[in-house]
Amino acid sequence: MRKIAIYGKGGIGKSTTTQNTVAGLAEMGKRVMIVGCDPKADATRLMLGGLAQKTVLDTLREEGEDVELEDVMKEGFKGVRCVESGGPEPGVGCAGRGIITSISLLEQLGAYDDEHELDYVFYDVLGDVVCGGFAMPIREGKAEEIYIVLSGEMMAMYAANNISKGIKKYAESGKVRLGGLICNSRKVDREEELIRAFAEKLGTQMIYFVPRDNMVQKAEIHRKTVIDYSPDHPQADHYRNLAKAIEENDMFVIPNPMTQDELESLLMEYGLYD
Amino acid sequence: MLDMTPKEIFERKALRINPAKTCQPIGAMYAALGIHGCLPHSHGSQGCCAYHRSHLTRHYKEPVMASTSSFTEGASVFGGGANLRQALKTIFQVYDPEIVAVHTTCLSETIGDDIPSLVKKAREDGIVPDGKYVIHANTPSYVGSHVTGFSNMTTAMVKYFSEKNGGRTSAINIVPGYVEPSDMAEIKRLATEMGLEAILFPDTSGVLDAPQTARFSMYPKGGVKVDALKKTGSSRATLSLGKFASEAAGALLEQMCDVPYQCLDLPIGISSTDRFIEALIEFSGQTPPATITDERGRVVDVMTDMLQYFHGKKVALFGDPDHVISMTEFLVDLGMKPIHVVTGTPGKYFEHRIKKILDGKVKHANVRAFSDLFMLHQWIKNEPVDLLIGNTYGKYIARAEDIPFVRFGFPILDRIGHSYFPTTGYRGALRLLEKMLDAILDRLDRDAPESSFELVM
Repeated sequence: MRKIAIYGKGGIGKSTTTQNTVAGLAEMGKRVMIVGCDPKADATRLMLGGLAQKTVLDTLREEGEDVELEDVMKEGFKGVRCVESGGPEPGVGCAGRGIITSISLLEQLGAYDDEHELDYVFYDVLGDVVCGGFAMPIREGKAEEIYIVLSGEMMAMYAANNISKGIKKYAESGKVRLGGLICNSRKVDREEELIRAFAEKLGTQMIYFVPRDNMVQKAEIHRKTVIDYSPDHPQADHYRNLAKAIEENDMFVIPNPMTQDELESLLMEYGLYD
Repeated sequence: MLDMTPKEIFERKALRINPAKTCQPIGAMYAALGIHGCLPHSHGSQGCCAYHRSHLTRHYKEPVMASTSSFTEGASVFGGGANLRQALKTIFQVYDPEIVAVHTTCLSETIGDDIPSLVKKAREDGIVPDGKYVIHANTPSYVGSHVTGFSNMTTAMVKYFSEKNGGRTSAINIVPGYVEPSDMAEIKRLATEMGLEAILFPDTSGVLDAPQTARFSMYPKGGVKVDALKKTGSSRATLSLGKFASEAAGALLEQMCDVPYQCLDLPIGISSTDRFIEALIEFSGQTPPATITDERGRVVDVMTDMLQYFHGKKVALFGDPDHVISMTEFLVDLGMKPIHVVTGTPGKYFEHRIKKILDGKVKHANVRAFSDLFMLHQWIKNEPVDLLIGNTYGKYIARAEDIPFVRFGFPILDRIGHSYFPTTGYRGALRLLEKMLDAILDRLDRDAPESSFELVM
């Protein structure tokens, strides 16, 4: 079973990219589970055709510790198993602790057991790794491959660099490795070149360049992935290609995060002002 | 037990071994018990509350009533709001206190529960009955010590109750510090004998030294009343006894209600008690009655009668900062040499103050705040002492080094008496003299060869 976590700046399209890619893997006949680690609980919406299931933490709150796997897990598009960790309302409690609680509970409930014959687990994690809880998926060998979703925008690259620092920290004591950068294009000038150069500096690869297409949003409004909503659209093929690239990936590295100065000079070099 | 403590001192930065302090909520809980009809409430997991209650019970040998928000895994994720609401419902339905004094714990502080807004909502929803009170203090244990917790809860009493109504009464406020019920009663008595009306807060006398009456009372008859707390805002002045435990409450009263405050040392030993009495003289305009001057005279009498046993003796002393500051001064007054002085509570003032007291009296002394008993033990190994003074945890060092030991401060878990007999005021000084002499003379008797085993000492 390959254990993958998707990180990236808030709003960059982690959940959308994850679900579209997972749809591609499912189409290839892979058995996949998605664990949403965001209090908003919207990481599996496109798989399930809406916000359907109760979150792990809601269930824990209402039913105590006597929770069963069926209570929190729903099957979506092509049998993809979907779990949402959930979390407190904004401004209350501790969302980081929520992720720790939720992942431990899933382990106790046997969500990862061999009997499910899973090929992949995907953790879809909230934007910034602000505290230990949000690093939970990369601690203790839970996720072993990390993909960072980013664009050629400066703040997205900043976040990616910071996430690399987190990966490096845990990689040195465990099995977690960076699998690559997924560029979710924002149509920034020379975006592809910039991200390739950035990936090289980090010691990793740009595993795929997903072009921007309005079809993604259209499908999303219909609560579906592109592969599900419009299987013949060219954008669906991009996600199939990304799924294939991940399936065939064998480049797993401990990243070398850049210093602030290095990152800024890289941005200058690729001429945001040319 | 402590035979392995090495003599050689290594520099330590993060590690504390046998700390000389405990958690903030213990102090907050103790302070809250000094309000009449008050139920302390621990906003956190059950274990915190259980430990704090039992620690207080072991010291005072009295039941300590307190409730808890009983955090579970869910509360740590979603916040403890629902738990606090349920707790307040149960508390007012079943246990019916006048006041609930909520203190936080490390967990609820870290997840950031906002107690005032939770309580406000509970009141709006009718969970807190009219005429009942809920106050709160933030008491994370990773800040300060139990003394800080005591100070925070005492300050909360001012924040929630003190009223500024424009008038001025002839009463004075006294914040007695983290002292025994016996001490609070003694401090009150001294003020009363000086002809003053004093509002003492908190006041645990009659609560944690309550008599056995064969009938259980959830809320013993002692404790400062809410009406009195409200009136603190119109008193003519506040005396805060002890910078660490009491100054913050006095300062807030001054800020909120323009009641001027003075911060004095805890009246332990003769000099600091003199200063306390002098302050009372200023307020009352009266000379002290014979009862007080006689008490002082007795202390001076014993000091001079037994001078030969005190003079030049080396002492190691540890405990809470306000206690240790006053005790150091008393030891110096007795001609003794406090050469190792430790508190576990952080605060640079402590070291400055002790060094000032020792200046010109004791040449080389080790003084440290935010330190531990391991450090004290190592210092003792390097320069032995004739007497060790501190709380019960000192007994292990006393045994390892075979040093006479006097129990003083908080906690005393293995002897009684401290909650009934004060160490404050002149009576308290007399009691301390007796305890120190007993320890020193018992040791002289034990070690004396038959030829000099004296009948009269």
